[in-house]
Amino acid sequence: MTKRTRRDVLVGGSAIAAAQVIGLPAIAQGKKYDDGASDGTIKIGHTNPYSGNASAYGNIGRTIEAVFKMVNDAGGINGRKIEFITYDDGYSPPKTVEMVRKLVEQDKVLFLFNTLGTPPNTAIHRYMNQKKVPQLFVATGASKWGQPKEFPWTMGWQPDYVTEGAIYAKHVLATIKEPKIGILMQNDDYGKDYYNGFIQGLGDKKGLVAQLATYEVTDPTVDSQMIQLKNTGANVFFNITTPKFAAQAIKKAFEIEWKPAHYLNNVSSSFGSVFKPAGIPASQGVMLALYRKDANDAQFASSPDVVAFKAFMAKYMPNADIKDDTHNYGYSVTHTLIETLKMCGDNLTRENVMKQAASLKGYEAPLLLPGIKISTSATDFYPLQSVQMARVKGESFEMFGNILSNESA
Amino acid sequence: MATTMTTGTDTVDRAVSARIDARRGTPWWIWLGIAFAALLPLIGGRTGLISNFYFLQLSLMIVYSIAVLGLNLLTGFNGQISLGHGAFFAVGAYVTAILIDRYEMYYLATLPIAMLACFVVGYLFGRPALRLEGHYLALATFALAIAVPQFLKYRHFEPYTHGVQGINIFKPDPPFGMPLSPDQWLYLVVLACAVVMFIVARNIVHSRMGRAMMAIRDQPLAADTMGINSARTKSITFGISALYVGLAGALHAIIFEFVSPDSFRFELSIAILVGAVIGGIATLSGAVIGGFFVQFIEKYADAATKWVTQIVHLPIELEPWTIYGIVLILLMYTMPMGVAGGFASLWRKIRPPN
Repeated sequence: MTKRTRRDVLVGGSAIAAAQVIGLPAIAQGKKYDDGASDGTIKIGHTNPYSGNASAYGNIGRTIEAVFKMVNDAGGINGRKIEFITYDDGYSPPKTVEMVRKLVEQDKVLFLFNTLGTPPNTAIHRYMNQKKVPQLFVATGASKWGQPKEFPWTMGWQPDYVTEGAIYAKHVLATIKEPKIGILMQNDDYGKDYYNGFIQGLGDKKGLVAQLATYEVTDPTVDSQMIQLKNTGANVFFNITTPKFAAQAIKKAFEIEWKPAHYLNNVSSSFGSVFKPAGIPASQGVMLALYRKDANDAQFASSPDVVAFKAFMAKYMPNADIKDDTHNYGYSVTHTLIETLKMCGDNLTRENVMKQAASLKGYEAPLLLPGIKISTSATDFYPLQSVQMARVKGESFEMFGNILSNESA
Repeated sequence: MATTMTTGTDTVDRAVSARIDARRGTPWWIWLGIAFAALLPLIGGRTGLISNFYFLQLSLMIVYSIAVLGLNLLTGFNGQISLGHGAFFAVGAYVTAILIDRYEMYYLATLPIAMLACFVVGYLFGRPALRLEGHYLALATFALAIAVPQFLKYRHFEPYTHGVQGINIFKPDPPFGMPLSPDQWLYLVVLACAVVMFIVARNIVHSRMGRAMMAIRDQPLAADTMGINSARTKSITFGISALYVGLAGALHAIIFEFVSPDSFRFELSIAILVGAVIGGIATLSGAVIGGFFVQFIEKYADAATKWVTQIVHLPIELEPWTIYGIVLILLMYTMPMGVAGGFASLWRKIRPPN
């Protein structure tokens, strides 16, 4: 291992030396470039499951591509066109490794942006940090993407699951008298992140959890878990489930007439895939934390970012379903990157890209809820850490209370 | 025993004699090809013509060839269909990863252990499952392919498997300070393994065991009458087949420095089977073509589809796997015996009469 480290240092060192030699004349004009950047273009790499089980997320990649097309049509960023290279990884970690190595070693991109999924990003986490190529604003809510000390080249974007879990716990403690809590959890990394955050948020009151029921993502239903939870007499229900199971749980609670204060994780904040299948009457009053606007919600119809988003969708993605929340997400996260690149100016080195990404101060990306801002620093690699509580009312969300934050960094 | 086999149809007869021909020795050009492949890191690597990324891809192609070869021994030469060989791939990969990660074992030393483990698992699974014939066996193995990733996530194995997180291992440096990059070195390791495994496979196929395997495939009743212990032969074949795929899995883990349950979903089993069928069932050379197919055609199905859409200026947006599907259908129509089989029959048509 020591041998390896030494070699890497050598390779890294010589690469920096080479970059400096090549960069010398450029420095004179105040411009600095690494692989993938030049006077005319910035090359950005991306992987996404366009095929396979998780292909619903493919729309994020298509949206990012379309946003960059819009940016290029308007003249690019600081006069540079974006060359966006995206590959299908089918949500399969080995394929992600292969595609990412292609992006870094063959296509020579400046950095990776919004690579999707916890397992794929885990597979390339160490490689990216060894190569010192930014792995920026990854599309997963796991908490491990914000460790600037151990992994200075990796940064997440959305509120991480631990933060969100802690916010629910604090809300329970603040608003519910004598809470008795039942939890339904998907038994994997994602579920455990939420659960750990929730327990952290409860602090010394973790005895309030009466029952933790788990299910496997391969289980057909969660009916028996729901009956089990009801029988504990819990008056608070924390629902850590992905859309299919969230719909089942909401429906079952309604059927067995269990009416706790129902907290649902943001992962399942979709009307299309959760509340409508579960039944709108059954979903009334379900609470959850949001950070982005639902562009189809009438209450935001006149805000400028929603208007701009709709114009973008009409022009650049005319065949897409605007109700699909992944477009929303892709639009918002890509604008965060555009802001970062604008801040980079003419210094397009990997180091500076990371530095600027860690220098976002109160940036209001389009489609974020009013009052929610993106802030990062050299020690805080969690861009979004605030959420707004909302409840299902009729066929839309009703916001209530203040913006809530939790410092998990 | 050879005479029993030639009692089959004409085609079988010809195929058998072709195989006996092949036994007389490996043609010189194959050895030349292997020597060229072994020199690639020196030729391409030194001059910078072939990047480390290409060596990774070549290594992967060879790894898949070994896996396809393993399945081919079972499906092609013994006539048993398995939809679950991804499971053995996973077992091989995890045995290697756990031994390196937890027991800090030397990576090459883990290979025989992974192979042995897969042989045992394959043999034990084969034993009861072989009471099932044809479709039923296919289903049983399919269940195995679906079950293994779940097993790897199982809570009580987590100290070893790290659950869904997977295991990170380090890519080994070339020994003796050889002037090679890790990717080039691993390419040579993988190539050497493949050459050995192909020679062993050739010898198995042309041995008593191989003839028994084929006899069971062609005429099970006659094979039994001849005194072949079919249950034993079938389960040993299953074990050997699993051993090959397990080695492929172990090499895959070392090349990628990473294993996780999601790396070995059932799609992998299907990919290996498709590779075997496309390459040419019951041919050894077909395994190389199959490996090529799995690595390049399948992995780049999406990119190829996009490229074609752009070149032809198609007004519609094609699904990512469209080109893959079209290639598969075309190949099956034009070369029902696989690419290797197709070329062999083409050669028979055009070769000068003796």
